[in-house]
Amino acid sequence: MNGREMPVTVDVASLLAVENVSLSFGGVKALSDVSFDIRRGEIRAIIGPNGAGKTSMLNCINGFYHPTQGSITFNGERRRRMRPSAAAAGGIARTFQNVALFKGMSTLDNIMTGRSLKMHSGFFWQLLRHGPALKEETAHRRVVEDIIDFLEIQHIRRIPVGKLPYGLQKRVELGRALAMEPQLLLLDEPMAGMNLEEKEDMSRFILDVNQHFGTTIALIEHDMGVVMDLSDRVVVLEYGRKIADGTPQEVKRDERVVAAYLGLAHEGDQA
Amino acid sequence: MFYREAGQFKTSYTADMAIFPLREDRIGLAVIIVCAYALALTGNSFLLQAVMIPFLIFSLAAIGLNLLTGYTGLLSLGTGAFMGVGAYACYKLTTLFPGLNIVLCILASGFFAAAIGVVFGLPSLRIKGFYLAVATLAAQFFLQWCFIRVPWLVNYNVSGAIEAPLRTLFGIPIVGATATPETRYLVVLTMVIGLTWVASNLVHGRVGRAWMAVRDMDIAAELIGIRLLRTKLLAFAVSSYFCGVAGALLVFLWYGGAEYDVFNINQSFFILFMVIIGGLGSLIGSFMGAALIFIMPIVLGMVVPAVLNPFGLGVSAATIEHLRFMIVGALIIFFLIVEPHGLARLWQIGKQKLRVWPFPY
Repeated sequence: MNGREMPVTVDVASLLAVENVSLSFGGVKALSDVSFDIRRGEIRAIIGPNGAGKTSMLNCINGFYHPTQGSITFNGERRRRMRPSAAAAGGIARTFQNVALFKGMSTLDNIMTGRSLKMHSGFFWQLLRHGPALKEETAHRRVVEDIIDFLEIQHIRRIPVGKLPYGLQKRVELGRALAMEPQLLLLDEPMAGMNLEEKEDMSRFILDVNQHFGTTIALIEHDMGVVMDLSDRVVVLEYGRKIADGTPQEVKRDERVVAAYLGLAHEGDQA
Repeated sequence: MFYREAGQFKTSYTADMAIFPLREDRIGLAVIIVCAYALALTGNSFLLQAVMIPFLIFSLAAIGLNLLTGYTGLLSLGTGAFMGVGAYACYKLTTLFPGLNIVLCILASGFFAAAIGVVFGLPSLRIKGFYLAVATLAAQFFLQWCFIRVPWLVNYNVSGAIEAPLRTLFGIPIVGATATPETRYLVVLTMVIGLTWVASNLVHGRVGRAWMAVRDMDIAAELIGIRLLRTKLLAFAVSSYFCGVAGALLVFLWYGGAEYDVFNINQSFFILFMVIIGGLGSLIGSFMGAALIFIMPIVLGMVVPAVLNPFGLGVSAATIEHLRFMIVGALIIFFLIVEPHGLARLWQIGKQKLRVWPFPY
């Protein structure tokens, strides 16, 4: 597994390649010299202790932060700075650690909003809600209904998401990301705060998304059982550095990973 | 309740996405509209001139502000000024092109307000909430200054006021001293209904969802691919358009003339209160808020003496005025405590309660 720590060469199979990315806020180094790749169609987990820079990594990938050094290649296109809306247009969707839904809107409207990039009818027709605008609205509603069926949330279609329990909110958020029909789906702790049953449901949805839609998934998760079962390959970050990369079995045996999680190597440090 | 949705099945998404999916709601709306038009036949010019025309105009302004503050979450204190831009633009248009239909002038004047609104909306990308309110306050003061200091706007009129000239539609005077309240009411009603329909189309579609997404969670909206600046500026433009048209209607179909002082900061607050009390993010709430803030004082002015006089309490007009202020203030506080989300939410809750009645849920 240590052999994979070399700077990644862009091969055809990889959808996303992160090369020597560093990110710092003032004097604080959130990420230093991290490189890894995500292959087309795989489920890639990013794990690590709190504050390891996992969410910062996702924020770099979807253009919310700009790496101070290094580059990110998505779909064969290398970039250093990218606006979040451009990343979205390029096919990167995202869910958040603490649910970031549009609380005042219904489930249906939230997922419909995920289709924003695909709706193009002119402002004039929007004013009239007729002709192309209505046709477009109906067509996208059909897609959204498929997603609602897929996630089994038909019963909460009309309910404002602010009123939904946490587990369902997470599911709606996944639905909103799916509505973008992304090539790469970034999931930031999709199972945080869920009970066992909800975790099982969510795991099933993630696997289904990956297999049925062929969506490539990068996921941050603390539940090791889930990570080991779901993911094809795992990246381990600690203090903004990559300490391991490989299949779940390889990573599980890695001494540095074990040390990072059990704190053996850093007895003096604050975790 | 009088009706339930039972038995009304939707077989197409288009039917399901209708703005009034229930047949009874559609009938109710039609009845309200017919009644509103029938009101012109009663010939009660006090009701039309002093109550209905201003109520409709303020409702339109409240809808405008609601699109910005309620739907997009951008607080603005420049409503009065944007209304003023509409009024002055309409005055310039109709005096420069006297042959142009006045209805077209009024509708076109909104575009000037929209352009000004976009300029003053530019800071909204960087600042939010109260700070944005302060930035729009700059619009309020600057534009009001323009209304006073730029004599070109009032065609170098020494009085500094704009006056509605006589304008006709199909040969009938609708603007100016000779226009009857009935015709003016019909024009205002038709325009308000039309623009409300447009607003409702907008908020139920792609544009409205983008606005609400920006309001509820702007970061997530951006990551979905919604361009924040464009969406916010569109909200400013559409909102200012509505306010501008309302301002033009205010001068041309209600007051008949106006000075710069009509469009002061008080006007902005007046509209903002309507929006807050009516319900942020609700079109029907805009009407309710306008009714509560504008019509209720008038009703109280008639009811209070009627209640007190039979007891031999001959109260002076000044006392009635004071009482009116106190009661209106108390009612506003009462409504805000009962339902901080406004009359529209109260209305919704009431409907839901009645829907399941006699069961609690």
